[in-house]
Amino acid sequence: MKPMLITDTWVYLSASPLLGLTLTLVAYQLAFWLFKRSGQRAWANPVLIAILIITLFLTATKTPYPRYFEGAQFVHFLLGPATVALAVPLFAYWSRLRRMAFPLVVALLAGSATAVFSAMAIARVLGASLETIFSLAPKSVTTPIAMGIAEQIGGLPSLTAVLVVLTGILGTIGFPTLFRALGVRDQAAQGFAVGLAAHGLGTARAFLVSEEMGAFAALAMGLNGLLTAVLLPLLLR
Amino acid sequence: MIYTLTLLLLFQLAGELLVRALELPIPGPVIGMALLFLTLLARGRVGDELKTGAGSLLQHLSLLFVPAGAGVMLHLQRVASEWLPITIALVVSTFAGMAVTALALKAMTGKAAGVEKT
Repeated sequence: MKPMLITDTWVYLSASPLLGLTLTLVAYQLAFWLFKRSGQRAWANPVLIAILIITLFLTATKTPYPRYFEGAQFVHFLLGPATVALAVPLFAYWSRLRRMAFPLVVALLAGSATAVFSAMAIARVLGASLETIFSLAPKSVTTPIAMGIAEQIGGLPSLTAVLVVLTGILGTIGFPTLFRALGVRDQAAQGFAVGLAAHGLGTARAFLVSEEMGAFAALAMGLNGLLTAVLLPLLLR
Repeated sequence: MIYTLTLLLLFQLAGELLVRALELPIPGPVIGMALLFLTLLARGRVGDELKTGAGSLLQHLSLLFVPAGAGVMLHLQRVASEWLPITIALVVSTFAGMAVTALALKAMTGKAAGVEKT
């Protein structure tokens, strides 16, 4: 009787959003615990580990991604309010940000253009398909914005979402080494660069370093989102 | 927390409505962020509840990217067949974007910025 019971329970659970939601949170807790245990090493990126755990679990149980997403969408949905919440740290550092307005705008234009066009050019030279190239274009921008842009310019929004997350993980893992190599020590500059190129994931990590770095990252993420959302569809038309 | 969530959702909703009404090419949450920012600027201060609520939401920002990231499952075939251009484009453009931004700021803000500790 027992195996029967387990199967029944699984059939019930796998159809309910509870499983996807719980899986997301448990995987993240586990990944974050590992990250802490490693001494917050960059390579033990909690997002990357959580994604690995989830995809392995879904593959092993033959659960299709859309079924998982029925539960996980509650977490995904919070990206919207979290984006709105970025106004709070922005406001807290507003006087400092305003004093640096000119350098920040110049750096924003240079960095944003570099991120978009180097990605497209490299993918094109190396023979990626057109859909992939257009899905790559907005990958430095935070997920909800990037997916909207991808749709407008002819990319695949769900592929863009993945590329955005991979970009965020890469930026988060790589920034300490990169800034050490470049001799960039200022937390404002570091935060702004990380937020611009690695959006919310870079911003989340920047907040772990200091609130100042986080605020600059949040600003860069917001501004780059705006800039890319306005300019990219116009430029690629 | 509920107060904060209500407030954030209201601003997001206002952003979405504005985007629809004016046919803006910008996502609703970004407009919502701008609206909340302008409201804070007009009031001149952040309430304690919003401050702690926003702080705890942003502290776990990276969790919110996990469901979308797991979507890699849907694109395994494409990623497998185009892994080389995708990997190189992602790595180079992410690092180039960060480097250009940070170096531009370093060059323009000069010595004062370099003194602060990491």
